Amino acid sequence: MIRLPLVLFFSAALFAIGVYGVLARRNGVLVLMSIELMLNAVNINLVAFSQALGSLAGQVFALFVIAVAAAEVGIGLAIVILIYRNRETINIDEVNLLKW
Amino acid sequence: MTGHEYAFILLALIGTVAALRVVTARNVVHAALYLVVTLASVGGAYLLLAAEFVAWVQILIYVGAIVILFLFGLMLTKAPIGREALDNQRRGAAIVVALAILAGLIFLIQDAFSWDGSKIEPETGGAAAVGESIFSRYVLPFEAVSFLLLGALIGAIVLSRRDDLT
Repeated sequence: MIRLPLVLFFSAALFAIGVYGVLARRNGVLVLMSIELMLNAVNINLVAFSQALGSLAGQVFALFVIAVAAAEVGIGLAIVILIYRNRETINIDEVNLLKW
Repeated sequence: MTGHEYAFILLALIGTVAALRVVTARNVVHAALYLVVTLASVGGAYLLLAAEFVAWVQILIYVGAIVILFLFGLMLTKAPIGREALDNQRRGAAIVVALAILAGLIFLIQDAFSWDGSKIEPETGGAAAVGESIFSRYVLPFEAVSFLLLGALIGAIVLSRRDDLT
């Protein structure tokens, strides 16, 4: 038996840390890692509510989120490596080609 | 407080501290290794919540595949080491935003769920139950996800291919 708010607090902490990482980091790969932290926070919530409500839907969608996260990391790292090849840097504040 | 809760609090503390190190580490490889600790403790939390299949998928996909992808990404981009190279100048604003989000979420959770009202009594979550659910009720989203993975595969190949090799 685990109290539901306990699990939700853990997930909130992970999400806030992920937000900090996305905002404060300038290395593209580290930003992607922080996004993974936030996706994990979402997954914890999905699993916790799935167990609290006695429905499997949350766990199924947690699996879908994991699959989408894998696809996102694959594409994201391909883009980061492409930027590195073209610009010799992966600092996201120096990649301002599309900024007006 | 039950034994389950103490175990969960321990895992949550380990995961949170490791997550903090992920976003503050000066060395990118250390950040990736701390990410492994966080992901593994989240997997342990799934086990404590009796979501057995999700827990093993978490270990296999996240710890096994995604972290390896990150390490390859770090290896191929030769990231510099040091705080100035890894963090930007808006660290204070980022802390404020993150703390505001944390406070808002905690307030909402306190507001919506009473401390003793909602308890998780773990029951289903084995591979058989989850698999049956995926392949009967959620088969259409499952197909959509497989299509998305195919698109991501092709996209990653197209993006990272060198044109001068053709």
